[in-house]
Amino acid sequence: MIAPDWFRDDRLPHIYCTGCGNGTIINCTLAAVEEMGWKRDETIFVSGIGCSSRAPGYILTDSLHTTHGRALAFATGVKMARPDFNVVVFTGDGDLAAIGGNHFIHACRRNVDMTVVCMNNYIYGMTGGQGSPTTPPGAISSTTPYGASEPAFDLAELAVAAGANYVARWTSYHVKELTKAIAAGMQTPGLAFVEARTQCPTNYGRHNKLRTVPAMVEHLRSHAILVRKYERMVAEGVPIPEGAFTVGELVRRSRPAMGVQR
Amino acid sequence: MQGNAACAEGALAAGCKFFGGYPITPSTEIAETMARKLPKAGGVFISMEDELASIAAVIGAAWTGARAMTATSGPGFSLMMENIGYAAMTETPCVVVNIQRGGPSTGQPTRAAQGDMFQCRFGSHGDYSTIALTPNSVQEMFDLTVKAFDLADRFRVPTFLMSDEIVGHMRERVTIPDTVEVERSRPLAEESLPFEASADGVPGFAPFGSGRAVHVTGLTHDERGYPDTTDPAAHDRLVRRLVAKVESARRDIADYEVTNPDAETVFVTYGPPSRTVEQVMRDRPDDTIGHLRLRVVWPFPEFALHEFPNAKVFLMPELNMGQMVREVERHVDQPVVSLPKIGGELHTPAELVRALEAHR
Repeated sequence: MIAPDWFRDDRLPHIYCTGCGNGTIINCTLAAVEEMGWKRDETIFVSGIGCSSRAPGYILTDSLHTTHGRALAFATGVKMARPDFNVVVFTGDGDLAAIGGNHFIHACRRNVDMTVVCMNNYIYGMTGGQGSPTTPPGAISSTTPYGASEPAFDLAELAVAAGANYVARWTSYHVKELTKAIAAGMQTPGLAFVEARTQCPTNYGRHNKLRTVPAMVEHLRSHAILVRKYERMVAEGVPIPEGAFTVGELVRRSRPAMGVQR
Repeated sequence: MQGNAACAEGALAAGCKFFGGYPITPSTEIAETMARKLPKAGGVFISMEDELASIAAVIGAAWTGARAMTATSGPGFSLMMENIGYAAMTETPCVVVNIQRGGPSTGQPTRAAQGDMFQCRFGSHGDYSTIALTPNSVQEMFDLTVKAFDLADRFRVPTFLMSDEIVGHMRERVTIPDTVEVERSRPLAEESLPFEASADGVPGFAPFGSGRAVHVTGLTHDERGYPDTTDPAAHDRLVRRLVAKVESARRDIADYEVTNPDAETVFVTYGPPSRTVEQVMRDRPDDTIGHLRLRVVWPFPEFALHEFPNAKVFLMPELNMGQMVREVERHVDQPVVSLPKIGGELHTPAELVRALEAHR
């Protein structure tokens, strides 16, 4: 177990379903925290609503489990009032991109010095698997019984466009890369956004011919294309396979940031 | 000085160190004053993307131990309701100023109203209790803002300064003391759990960074702060305490003025309609006319009504269709006459005199 003294033993068992990828992402995040050498009393975890957002409740620090979509606004208040704190936000695709979309782009624009880890499972998991803004076109969910008909958001590209200083995307398969990316984000002054695509076997995989956890993780692995390879494919006119997405570091820059400890 | 500026000065005097806001008429001068002065006072001013975010940032800052506030008007107040409920549930001390304007919806941005008096008490979903103060002068914009911070800290509850366009934009002479005494939250005792109440129903406060690893959640939670969402007893215990910690302190929180307690005809007011009543009483010195002016409307001080043992009728001018009058009706046997006025203007003295003659 990574960083065992960072977990609240008295909160177990956790609410996550068998085969859920969220625990992997929490582990990667805490491994990055450990790498940073942050102290528990100076690290604050903030979250909104959803499966992803239950994460701070299992971590032994001060933490703010807030309202749906608003985690980044709460975190902005914490970080601006106390720039000496390390602030990490756990969020999900519904929390961040639907109800919290406005807060997302403005937090990126302000470049508030915090790390945002988004567990993107393509679905509203906690409410039983409804279509979200990242549900892939054609995918089946309880509110898209004939296949999702809306285009999906690319969260990482959105963060890049909105101005975040660090943006990366990996999956629950890429444990080492994800941990390194979160740590790199923590080291970058300004807002670091790390999208972690993850499996929800209970409410997504089951309805989309990915019934087992290995099938879902393999689907994530096989559809992930390194950013540089993706760009080369586009330049060479190689067709991009259906459902493929980029992984890797999308941006690392040093635009003016807020809430950076001087 | 202008009322809104006096409110900002009150916040600064009270040691406010965080302001998160979004521009909205007729409250904007508060944000503008804070934007100018707060950074020089070692605080943080931030213009958020909307009112949902403003109150969220305020709550986040409050959990670092900073005195934090926001200011808005009706449309923004409606957006804040979600996180006002969160502040009530998580017992976050914070101050929300509402410079009321005509509603519903966008309504009358530049005109006064008192139409949000029930919204500040019942506006978010679920059961909870809050504190609301109602200034009627520029001086009280200063004084009651200071007081709002103390009450918010002491009871760990979102506290509202329910002003309006008239008082917010009114200009009057104001006395600002060199220093004001402030009362902060009681610190969390070493042996207490983060949401374990003391005898007064209020838990001690351990802001982030205290080394207590406090988990704050809007879910129903136990004394440790851990979610416990299915046990009826856990919810009953928590929500009853959230309501009782404020309601049981009604006498302590109450702040009102009584004029002519032997009177038979009694005006009950809060905010600027009190100024018209005062004018009527100056124009017609008459011991049979009484006046109860509330500076705190929530929790409602029903005992104040009984300070008029000879009262035969209560008259209640409000800048709404009759809101707080319902509370008065609930607590007295005498007839209660609502004198609603909407559209943005105060009752004239002549209007109140006509009402007086009709009902005495």
